[in-house]
Amino acid sequence: MAQSVQGKGPSHIGIRLSNSAPASHREEARTQAEEALFGFWIFLMSDLIIFSMLFVTYATMGHSLAGGPGPHELFDLSSAAWETVALLASSFTCGLATLAMRYDRSLAKTLLWFAITLFLGLVFLSLELHDFMTMASKGGVPSRSGWLSASWALIATHGLHVTSGCIWMLIMFVQAAKFGLDPLVQTRFMRLALFWHFLDIIWIGIFSIVYLLGVLS
Amino acid sequence: MRHFLLGSLGYDALPFYSTIATLAASVVVLGALAVLVFVTWLKGWGTLWSGWLTSVDHKKIGIMYVVVSFVMMARAVAEAAVMRSQQAVAYNNPGFIPPEHFAQLFTTHGTIMIFFMAMPFLIGIYNFVLPLQIGARDVSFPVMNSISLGLTTAGAVLLMISLCIGKFSTGGWTGYPPYTELSFSPGVGVDYWIWALTLSSVGNTMTGINFAVTVYKKRAPGMTLFRMPLFAWTALCISILMIFAMPPLTVATLMLAMDRYLDMHFFTNDLGGNMMNYINMFWLFGHPEVYILILPAFGVYSETIATFSNKRLYGYTSLVWATVSIAVLSFTVWLHHFFTMGQDGNVNAVFGIATMLIAIPTGVKIYDWLLTMVRGRIRISVPMLYACAFMMLFVVGGATGVMLANPGFDYQVHNTLFLVAHFHNMLIPGLLFGMLSAYHYWFPKAFGFRLHEGWGRVVFGCWVGGFILAFMPLYIVGALGMPRRSRNSSRPSTNPISGSHSVAPCWCWPLLPA
Repeated sequence: MAQSVQGKGPSHIGIRLSNSAPASHREEARTQAEEALFGFWIFLMSDLIIFSMLFVTYATMGHSLAGGPGPHELFDLSSAAWETVALLASSFTCGLATLAMRYDRSLAKTLLWFAITLFLGLVFLSLELHDFMTMASKGGVPSRSGWLSASWALIATHGLHVTSGCIWMLIMFVQAAKFGLDPLVQTRFMRLALFWHFLDIIWIGIFSIVYLLGVLS
Repeated sequence: MRHFLLGSLGYDALPFYSTIATLAASVVVLGALAVLVFVTWLKGWGTLWSGWLTSVDHKKIGIMYVVVSFVMMARAVAEAAVMRSQQAVAYNNPGFIPPEHFAQLFTTHGTIMIFFMAMPFLIGIYNFVLPLQIGARDVSFPVMNSISLGLTTAGAVLLMISLCIGKFSTGGWTGYPPYTELSFSPGVGVDYWIWALTLSSVGNTMTGINFAVTVYKKRAPGMTLFRMPLFAWTALCISILMIFAMPPLTVATLMLAMDRYLDMHFFTNDLGGNMMNYINMFWLFGHPEVYILILPAFGVYSETIATFSNKRLYGYTSLVWATVSIAVLSFTVWLHHFFTMGQDGNVNAVFGIATMLIAIPTGVKIYDWLLTMVRGRIRISVPMLYACAFMMLFVVGGATGVMLANPGFDYQVHNTLFLVAHFHNMLIPGLLFGMLSAYHYWFPKAFGFRLHEGWGRVVFGCWVGGFILAFMPLYIVGALGMPRRSRNSSRPSTNPISGSHSVAPCWCWPLLPA
């Protein structure tokens, strides 16, 4: 499918690798990129199992409040909504970054969009941290009840993933500055983008099941 | 946080609570020292470091996996022998092992045999054979392969350390809470167990991803999926199982860790904890896990039986589909591990029927192998001997499995030695014999010479004879009601038989050169 992009050298769905290299190298780079991306998709599938276990645990512990505070007392829906906005927007800018990498082939543009993505990710994280502190100050600490353990574990696992995504992005900035958009950097950016979109999908689950269902039901 | 990860070091941490434990720890320390001295004497540190430990060659990683598995097997078989000897003498008396130590023994035996014997053995064989079979230069992610080996080995090392410093868990290899929670198991044992399992499960997930990508992307031109050897097919199936089944274990052990370290309440008795969540997640891993263990052997037998019958494998396509259906069905039966834990009878019935369904593809396989042998020119070599022994013994294990799949029957024998006999009957012929068959079969490929046929037969005799003597009586004592994990017994009906089974361990076999 992506092969046909104006015949400008081999590409993979989502990325276009450098066409300055000799043909045999390009072929090898393409195969490697394909393997790496496919492997990363599989990793995401197994990561999804981790989240599904956390979701299921959360779902079964909906009534395990043990007399402690529940979703009505602890969750601030507007804050969660802003977190959602930040993360969804960051997913959009992340998409723009990969498009810039593929079609404009411009390092500056790619990095700019990834920088905005990183900024929005940090906004999300600080809002989440603020939420956690509010919850704790209202007595909603994870050791209070089974339900609180389950919700903290679910939300914080997602938060840790976002954190590692941010760190990964920082590392990629260094790599991109040093090596430019060479095939390896491109596939790494692509994997990072997959990871970032994946976390977005997980967050939609968290927002709907934990926050919306918790507060509105 | 009461203690950081693995507790504090003091005189109490040393293994002086039981003579056997002291001796075993000394053997470990002396063994480690002997290895260090031996490598130094050979001036082998450079070669070991640059040629092996940092190598990303799939063949060397495979061999190292098998070495880890042999070391751990030596320990776990010795533990089995000690436990059986204790049970044999402890009729109406306490025997020679204190209860605390006995509980550690059955926990380490199970944990090692599953995670640090069986898994490294089969992953090692795949590592060596799989890329060669599909015409790949290496696995897809060689460095990650090396990291997987490192993680598994680190888990194994933790188990070895637990023998010398501190104690291991007493909660069985399944580590059910709330017993393994801080309130009932305050020592460091459960912590050792948690980290050993977590490390190995992360390593295995990575191996699964690696093998799956290798099979999908690295096949040589012309090697379509349906031209792959059966062994490569089982690699694909177990990789998929590992990708989906290992994360639940990681989550379960980490939640238990959070309960213990951060005072959370996932599985505690109080404040809304629910131990059934653990049990469901554990077996959501645990049942696919037994097929991760058994499918490789099926793959090996498909190779050895065809080779030593001088015939093409009978029913290749049906074998492939049987393998795939087993892999799919393995995710639908986890509840049969806890029929007795309070769910509705209808739920039990559904899972019971799903469990029995697995017997169908397994039966297909047995018939295919038998029909491969029909009118073949059979050579009874060592790998073939293991395959034949497997086919006879495994059918017995499968039949008792179908018995256990019936919830009514399961209630009668739950937690008895009948169950222990059943799963040893599945895993020894269905995993160990398969891997030994593979070991003998591919040894010349790895080392350039063949193992001695005569010694191979002797070892085969020891394994099969030992296995039959050790586990067939357990069906009887189990049906009579002897509980598993018993340190001593006082029921006359069970004693004479349980006394007869300490003959088992014959593990004189590894590395017998020509």
